[in-house]
Amino acid sequence: MSQQTAAGTGPLGRQNEVKLRSRPWAATLILVGGLIALALGIAVSVSFGAADIKLPVVWSAVFHFNPDITDHQIIRELRLPRVLGGVMIGASFAVAGAIMQGMTRNPLADSGLMGINSGAGFALALCFAFMPNLPFMSLILYSFAGAGAGAAIVYGVGSLAKGGLTPARLVLAGAALSALLSALSEGVALYYKIGQDLAFWYAGGIAGTKWFQLKIMFPWVFAAILGAIVLSRSITMLSLGDEVARGLGQRTGLVKLAGALIVLILAGSSVSVVGAVGFIGLIIPHLTRYLVGVDYRWIIPCSAVLGSLLVVLADLAARTVIPQHETPLGAVLALIGVPFFLYLARKERREL
Amino acid sequence: MRRTTAISFDEVRRRRGFQVLAILSLLIAAALIISVNTGYIRLTPLELLHTLLGRGTDKQELILFDFRLPRIVISILVGAGLAVSGAVMQGVFRNDLADPGILGINAGAGLMVMLLISFYPATTSAPVFMLPLVAFVGAACTAAMIYALAYKWHQGISPIRLLLTGVAVAAGMSAAMIVLTLRLDPDKYQFVATWLAGSIWGTRWKFVLSLLPWILILLPYVIYKARVMNVLNLGDQTATGLGAAVIKEQFRLLGAAVGLAAASVAVSGGIGFVGLIGPHLARRLVGPKHQLMLPASALLGSLLVLTADTIGRRILQPSEIPTGIVVAVIGAPYFLYLLARTRS
Repeated sequence: MSQQTAAGTGPLGRQNEVKLRSRPWAATLILVGGLIALALGIAVSVSFGAADIKLPVVWSAVFHFNPDITDHQIIRELRLPRVLGGVMIGASFAVAGAIMQGMTRNPLADSGLMGINSGAGFALALCFAFMPNLPFMSLILYSFAGAGAGAAIVYGVGSLAKGGLTPARLVLAGAALSALLSALSEGVALYYKIGQDLAFWYAGGIAGTKWFQLKIMFPWVFAAILGAIVLSRSITMLSLGDEVARGLGQRTGLVKLAGALIVLILAGSSVSVVGAVGFIGLIIPHLTRYLVGVDYRWIIPCSAVLGSLLVVLADLAARTVIPQHETPLGAVLALIGVPFFLYLARKERREL
Repeated sequence: MRRTTAISFDEVRRRRGFQVLAILSLLIAAALIISVNTGYIRLTPLELLHTLLGRGTDKQELILFDFRLPRIVISILVGAGLAVSGAVMQGVFRNDLADPGILGINAGAGLMVMLLISFYPATTSAPVFMLPLVAFVGAACTAAMIYALAYKWHQGISPIRLLLTGVAVAAGMSAAMIVLTLRLDPDKYQFVATWLAGSIWGTRWKFVLSLLPWILILLPYVIYKARVMNVLNLGDQTATGLGAAVIKEQFRLLGAAVGLAAASVAVSGGIGFVGLIGPHLARRLVGPKHQLMLPASALLGSLLVLTADTIGRRILQPSEIPTGIVVAVIGAPYFLYLLARTRS
């Protein structure tokens, strides 16, 4: 057990200790059990809320929709898009994190920590301020661009450093860039008086998810996760180190490019819907690796399922623990994510 | 022969150091004059002189004495406080990237201040003197927490673990702040948002009075400890060998650094990066000896915040950009540059 976790979480130059072990049985169990739990979570999430709605009503709202009934309206227009949005962004952030951790062999990689989310966020703040009537389709594209710019800067600074790209450096560069970009976003928000909108959206505004957003987002996310699964074998090789991967006959540059593109699509589109929610991409891949081993063919689908489950449950908690005041999703996830990050930071043996 | 060259080298360095301090003071004076002239209503240097001598119009006196001067004084104090706080932290942790903002100490102070504001009507005057105190409690708790979380038995504090812990704690604190912000009514929200962005908001003399004692006591204390910091910089073992009570001194110095940061945050909100840039530039200009480096950091910090505040008031008139944003726009790229330059 301990060897497997060592292989999973600390693949930093200790290849001789790495044992390529995976547990297909555990993975299958997680996939099946996770999907069942997810279905249950969705059902509970749809029926709980300010107005409790019984499950049979939910059923008929989905399959025999009657626009005259208020409960049907609530389910159709508010709760369903919200929970489905949660499923999508959970899967997206988790898979993006898994790919980044695998490709960069950096246990602290996460789109939130590495400036990708704040890059997308800044791009969106600009859109809110200067092009308030932009259709959501273009908003998503700007968000991709922002995510890409953020990633490029963080990665560029990290790799320019003397002594190379270390996990801690990337985190610090990400933190500094996030500080810069959120300062700029705040400046824009204050000047154009879009502050509270933007703040709510930053804090993880999953509540306002609309059907049309989901429709636009779905093809991107679906294609990107599919791409990630196709790429998963190569990511496993990359997670053993560039040289190993190259020795096994892989064109590492191409794989990395494809992986980066997938990460940008996943993180960018998710940020454009719910704002800069962090820590999903950090927690879930670690948990998954711990459970299913080091084969990314299993890690990626399992991460997607577990990520969805986490977000659905976190959102449920956010709405039901203090019913009058909705706690933002981002805050709930930070509550779980910060201690986890601290744990990883303590475990990290290597220095900058 | 060797000895004489060493001494003369030291002498040259010290003389250069004093020159740098003098030049910085002059620059601050220049920035001050420009800052007084900047704003919605302008005062020319001549008018300024007249008003200072008590011969200005009522309106000019109002602008100068009730609005501009307190704000300028606060900028100067805050800049000095944050920069020296950063310098002390970099010295104590022997980590070039330490800074009260990055370590999450500003966030801790901010969280407490925000709690106070959201439960206290902002209009009453009682909290003003409580602010630095409350901020100090928040900052001290956060610092203790970060220290404890980054501490490992037998290994002590590793610089990188310290930074990572700080980043994480800051993330947690800002999540908590966001939860609090969303519960505020829009008026208070606007105030809190401006405050969080790092705006010099306490533009009245009583804020100066609430901040002044902290700076006046802690700044000289830290400079008085400059020799100790030089010794500490040699490493724990060497310092102990030289007779320094390492742990005790570290705690005293950290306490002072936390106090400086907290008091500054209380009146200026989340101005980040000053504690990073000030000491770095100072080290470049006057060398690593703390006797000169600390005063130079203080002056550079003041200059930076004063300039940023002036720029912020200038660019988008009549609405203004919070100082913290201007500082972040200058500071973050500098941080990234340092990060790229430092060797592992």
